[in-house]
Amino acid sequence: MLALSGFVQLILAFALAPMLLSIINRTKAAFAGRHGPPWLLPYHELWKLLHKGAVYSRTATAVFVAGPIVGLAATGLALSFIPVGGCPALVSFPGDFLLVAYLLGLARFLTVSAALDTGSSFEGMGASREVLFSTLAEPALLLSLITLAAASPGASLSAIYAGIDSAVLASGAGPALFLVMAALLVVLLSENARIPIDDPATHLELTMIHEVMVLDHGGPDLALIHYASSLKLWLFGALLVGVALPLRSGFFLLDLLGGIAGLALVAVIVGLVESVMARLRLVRVPQLLVAASVLSVVALVLVMR
Amino acid sequence: MSQNTSIAVHNGQAFATGDWGDLDVERFRSEVLNAVVKGGRISALFAQPRGDGAFRLMAAVAQDSQSMLRVLATSVESEYPSLAPLCPQAHWFEREIWEQHGVVPAGHPWLKPVRFPRRGGAGAVAVAPPPPAVCGLADFFRMSGAEVHEVAVGPVHAGIIEPGHFRFQCQGETVYHLEISLGYQHRGVEAALAGGPNRRTIHYIETLAGDTTIGHAIAHCRAIESLSHTRVPPRAQVIRGIALELERVANHVGDLGALAGDVGFLPTMSYCGRIRGDVLNMTALLCGNRFGRGLVRPGGVAFDLDDPAVTELARRARTVAKDAAVAVNLLWNSPSVMGRFERTGTLAADICRQIGLVGVPARACGIGHDVRQDFPFGIFRFAQIPVSTCDSGDVFGRAYVRWLEVQRSLAFIIDQLKALPPGAVLQPAGPLAPASSVITLAEGWRGEICHVAATDADGRLAWYKVVDPSFHNWFGLAMALRNQQISDFPLCNKSFNLSYCGHDL
Repeated sequence: MLALSGFVQLILAFALAPMLLSIINRTKAAFAGRHGPPWLLPYHELWKLLHKGAVYSRTATAVFVAGPIVGLAATGLALSFIPVGGCPALVSFPGDFLLVAYLLGLARFLTVSAALDTGSSFEGMGASREVLFSTLAEPALLLSLITLAAASPGASLSAIYAGIDSAVLASGAGPALFLVMAALLVVLLSENARIPIDDPATHLELTMIHEVMVLDHGGPDLALIHYASSLKLWLFGALLVGVALPLRSGFFLLDLLGGIAGLALVAVIVGLVESVMARLRLVRVPQLLVAASVLSVVALVLVMR
Repeated sequence: MSQNTSIAVHNGQAFATGDWGDLDVERFRSEVLNAVVKGGRISALFAQPRGDGAFRLMAAVAQDSQSMLRVLATSVESEYPSLAPLCPQAHWFEREIWEQHGVVPAGHPWLKPVRFPRRGGAGAVAVAPPPPAVCGLADFFRMSGAEVHEVAVGPVHAGIIEPGHFRFQCQGETVYHLEISLGYQHRGVEAALAGGPNRRTIHYIETLAGDTTIGHAIAHCRAIESLSHTRVPPRAQVIRGIALELERVANHVGDLGALAGDVGFLPTMSYCGRIRGDVLNMTALLCGNRFGRGLVRPGGVAFDLDDPAVTELARRARTVAKDAAVAVNLLWNSPSVMGRFERTGTLAADICRQIGLVGVPARACGIGHDVRQDFPFGIFRFAQIPVSTCDSGDVFGRAYVRWLEVQRSLAFIIDQLKALPPGAVLQPAGPLAPASSVITLAEGWRGEICHVAATDADGRLAWYKVVDPSFHNWFGLAMALRNQQISDFPLCNKSFNLSYCGHDL
């Protein structure tokens, strides 16, 4: 039964992750008074890209090709540790959240290396920004997860999230969990290159962070990158929803559907944020990320008290 | 005919070409420098071949306080002492003189062409060509050091915009110097205009800078009308004024939306995009073309407004004013937007004066220069629009001046539509007076447009000189970027929104 739950979750994640992008775009369109793109556009884009050829720079090496592949593999693997709606994930062991953080780090390391491999000044600039901001986002993520581990009896992601229910939220640890939610939301926006940290819709290469690193990738490579980034959105969304909507009915399917509905809600919130505020000036981004770390430290102190 | 005097003329006043005078080079320099020190601004500085191997160096210095243009000329051969070291305003003009005629401004601090005309083709320069003729191939200012890096952007850009090359000297994310290399859009329009006016002339003028059709067409038609002593009917003057302000409103609203888009602020971006379309459609109601092509013609305008159209225009103007207020005020009320706009790309008023900026960037530094006020022409002699300024000199200042101008232009349009003078709208222009010159200024939406024309003995255009506001302002963008974050460049660039083809001609 446990294994089945993990499998179903993982398959749904792989199938539905691009849908989150559609929800974000539809939300933004609704705010701008537009109809918005078709719901299945992200899938169509992936399909289209997979059927294209790729162009490689003469100066690029195998690192450039490895970037998207390792990026997708590592993100997909990390996803198998993530429980949605409190249902246990496919794999879990005590301390697995460290592995998840390192898998995401591995994906980033390869993406950055691939960007540097092109020798383009733009991509070098994007890589340096990405590394700086993710270095600052990582403590916030780890401290948030440690706080959750402290508030819950478990030590693996599945156990931690199974242990967080509405009772915990209503208990003394509740305020700390709200701080964790805020920190996780900032980490989600930062790691997924969303406004106010990055603007996924911009065409201005000098302002880009994440997008500029993948400018030289095309065709199937770009499809892998797009798909991996939608999986990443799902991953961080699930981490946030697990704390923000800890409704546990005890029925596996009901909890899973609740978790997925929560993910859709997260996508709507991301779309809302993008519709009502401007991007931060690049020099201000570290302040926001450090603030997220501070929030999670305070949360940890509150829980350990 | 060595006349050692110089004259001053009004905006659009024809004068005998001989009256340009022929000062000594030293006297010419000191007069130009004096006029600039006293608050003048070089509106045009250019050379024309005299026919005997030498060149006539001509300058028109705008003296805002007197509403007069000081007109000066001298004769030079292959070299003359540069004005630029003492008068930074002149530096771009002198680079152009070297590029077009090979006349070297000796002592120029950074002599390289501003564009790269093709040799031997249409619009070719007959005289000793100066060096590089491959676009963008020139020396660039360079910094060196362990942590210094160079970023090159363009000429092909990610967005659908015109081509231009930008070279940044950075340390980390900070820009120390930006050098802008243009010329990719050079078409040889000035050369093609010589020998006119003919059937093509007005179309060349209307496409000098496609988004400033009305502005350039007005400057040109006023030159032709002045040279042919044509009196423009009052009704046509008003329609021209309305069209000019509609062009300003459309572009400013579009720019405000684009500024919002650059900082990722979607609401204003989406609404302003639509409102700009509404304003363009108002111009289309006027003449059938959204960009005002075919409206302004020598002697007046080619399309009259009937009563239903007047009512409809006034109604739409009021709607636009209301819609734009909602969309644009969101900008000033959003802390996240103001955080990006304020103190980004700041220019000091002093720098702004030294390099001779015009239009919105100058007014955003608190310099109250506006051709409509300082050198009134057409309807603006009778109906003034208040000059919109802001003191901050940053992206916010440039955005806010645009918003003030949108409101005031719409009020002007609504006001003018209430009392449109009766009568004809076109008084065909006759032949041009021979051996005459004229300088016309107009306030396009980007700033001061200057056209200088001279006729030959047969009353054809001997030469025609165009100075688009972008020609003055590109260097201002480079200055605004000093010590800024490189990631703020697109925002600064949009806040200037200069024309590439208007510069490259």
